[in-house]
Amino acid sequence: MSKRIVPLLAAACLAVIAGGAEAVDVRAGVLRVDYPALLPISRYDLRPDDLAFAGAVLADEDNATTGRFMGHSFETTTLAVPPEGATEALAGLLDDGVRYIVVDAMGEELAALSDQAAEAGALVFNARAADVDLRSESCRANLLHIAPSYAMQAEAVAQFAVWKQWKRWLLVSGSNPADRALAEAYRHAARKFGAQIVEEREFEDTGGSRRTDSGHVLVQRQLPTFMQRTEPHDVVIAADATDYFAAYLPYHLWTPRPVMGSAGLRPVTMHGAHEAWGATQFQTRFEKLARRHVQEEDYNTWLALRVLGEAVTRTGSADPAEIEDYVLSDAFELAAFKGQKVTFRPWNGQLRQPILLYDGRITVSVSPQEGFLHQVSPLDTLGLDRPESSCTAFD
Amino acid sequence: MIRPLLTATLCLAASGAFAGKAFVSNERGNTITVLDTETWEVLEEFPGGNRPRGITLSPDGTLLYVCASDDDTVRVFDTASYEELYTLPSGPDPELFVIHPSGNPLYTANEDDNLVTVTDTETHSILAEVPVGVEPEGMAISPDTKWVVNTSETTNMAHFISTEDYEIKHNVLVDQRPRYAEYTADGTRLYVSAEIGGTVSVIDIAEDGTPSLRQKIGFDVPGVLPEWLQPVGIKTTQDGSRVFVALGPANRVAVIDGESLEVIDYIMVGQRVWQMAFTPDEKFLVTTNGNSNDVTVIDVEKEEAIKSVQVGQQPWGVAITPN
Repeated sequence: MSKRIVPLLAAACLAVIAGGAEAVDVRAGVLRVDYPALLPISRYDLRPDDLAFAGAVLADEDNATTGRFMGHSFETTTLAVPPEGATEALAGLLDDGVRYIVVDAMGEELAALSDQAAEAGALVFNARAADVDLRSESCRANLLHIAPSYAMQAEAVAQFAVWKQWKRWLLVSGSNPADRALAEAYRHAARKFGAQIVEEREFEDTGGSRRTDSGHVLVQRQLPTFMQRTEPHDVVIAADATDYFAAYLPYHLWTPRPVMGSAGLRPVTMHGAHEAWGATQFQTRFEKLARRHVQEEDYNTWLALRVLGEAVTRTGSADPAEIEDYVLSDAFELAAFKGQKVTFRPWNGQLRQPILLYDGRITVSVSPQEGFLHQVSPLDTLGLDRPESSCTAFD
Repeated sequence: MIRPLLTATLCLAASGAFAGKAFVSNERGNTITVLDTETWEVLEEFPGGNRPRGITLSPDGTLLYVCASDDDTVRVFDTASYEELYTLPSGPDPELFVIHPSGNPLYTANEDDNLVTVTDTETHSILAEVPVGVEPEGMAISPDTKWVVNTSETTNMAHFISTEDYEIKHNVLVDQRPRYAEYTADGTRLYVSAEIGGTVSVIDIAEDGTPSLRQKIGFDVPGVLPEWLQPVGIKTTQDGSRVFVALGPANRVAVIDGESLEVIDYIMVGQRVWQMAFTPDEKFLVTTNGNSNDVTVIDVEKEEAIKSVQVGQQPWGVAITPN
């Protein structure tokens, strides 16, 4: 009895009221740079082969479903390359005529790839790099940031700590450049929201504290001594962007205190247990497709391509300059399972979005927190506000 | 919370009087709460399947239809005995549906599968599956029954499906995350809420059913962040003079003048208000408040909340028996 009626191609009887009904073909690429890395502290953090790509497949499906009614088609190519292969891979995409590139890479490669894409007039979406300078002095006019910056992450945590009245922070950071950049974001966040860093410690990356067969035995002895004789503090803030020690902190402190930041309560764009604001539907669709839980880079990539899809739906255009203008304008808004619309900061191309505070199982809270007000949007209390960014590329 | 022992007495009471009943689906509690619409007392709470959301009644009020979303089925209950009679095939993850005024068929939005499923309520078979946008939710049927409207939350469209051949004939882009669609009784207008866009789109309907977007209504409540003004459920009075819009986490129902399309008032209700239903005489409007686990009863003429009643966990939808 079941009869599936597909109005696809029945263009003649499809009257589309809003937006253009002309056929538009949108081709995008997802370029993921895979870095040589040691095993993560936890097996749960192993990077799946289809990381980010699964988000792209879901976004393509979502965009195609909408596009069917508009006469728009979406096709996304995914590529995983080592850092030294990134330039060539991007050149290939650009040669093929792809003008929308989602880049899942760290800051250095992202900056270079953005410049390479700019020469071809292509628009780049950042799905991973959190470097603050890319949203400030090193920003690029063709680079939109879906991934939150270290500043947004740190300030999401800071607001929650301040809301809790946990204002005395012990900042423990790693010794790698990324760890130090993240620590700097926490220092800035403390100043911005009136918390006090009572003491700082740097846990040096000697290469020996990563997971081994008996790693926990060593850690159980090392960490408490490292955390002895501190100033009185309410909370330990961990800045370990390179993931080599923070995961061990929560139960190996000397003074029992909650840990936030790179362990304990972590700021994320999405996690597999988030279900508020209709996110359950996103999770079930993603899981059906990927047969695993969603990770941040999947969500960020999905969101990048949804931004593109939404802009194409509303403008009826596939021209990168027109799309970018629209995305950065006040007219652009997008639902992203975060309880409020996400939009872009026109001064540095950063996506405004709520940040989930995640304990590894549930959404504990969502920043911005109640009471942190802003004249434009509470979301601008997270990260570089207009006066805080020295980006001029978008002027 | 489930009191099956009381069922016997309540059946007697129910059959002895013409008091109306309001049925509330409790999404998290997996139950249906039954309220007496005169006393507003809770009569019963019975199991409603897994994740009950959309809820509606047969035109004669004898059958209760519940979208048991996680069971991928529509459960059908006797409104007097509360016994489950049978299930209807609904397609996967049914969220919200609308019933033909004749009682047949049932048009269901399948949230996970981007489909609207048309189910024959007599033969219990699927008549058609219509591919729509991503995350279909809102469902409405035009008073002349020629059109079924579905809203898709991620595609941000209202799809106009012809009930004759089940083909989509019109699509109207609205704002982000459209949750609900409601025709006026005369069929000349359709209201569509956009939860994340924070607006209600007012769509004029021509005589042949062709829609054209007239305007969008925004909301503004002093002291409430604009981000919290999230329109979901919509109900219009028979005469079209008033439009009530549930504003989600703003914990308010907006009252719109159906003529001027201006918001004239906001009524405080419980927390995270989503769906609503009128009593048949339109004296009362019942709202489901998902975060305070209660319903608010609004006096429609006075435009005031008069009562709140605790129901089950995370009330989602409400349906009220006809006269």
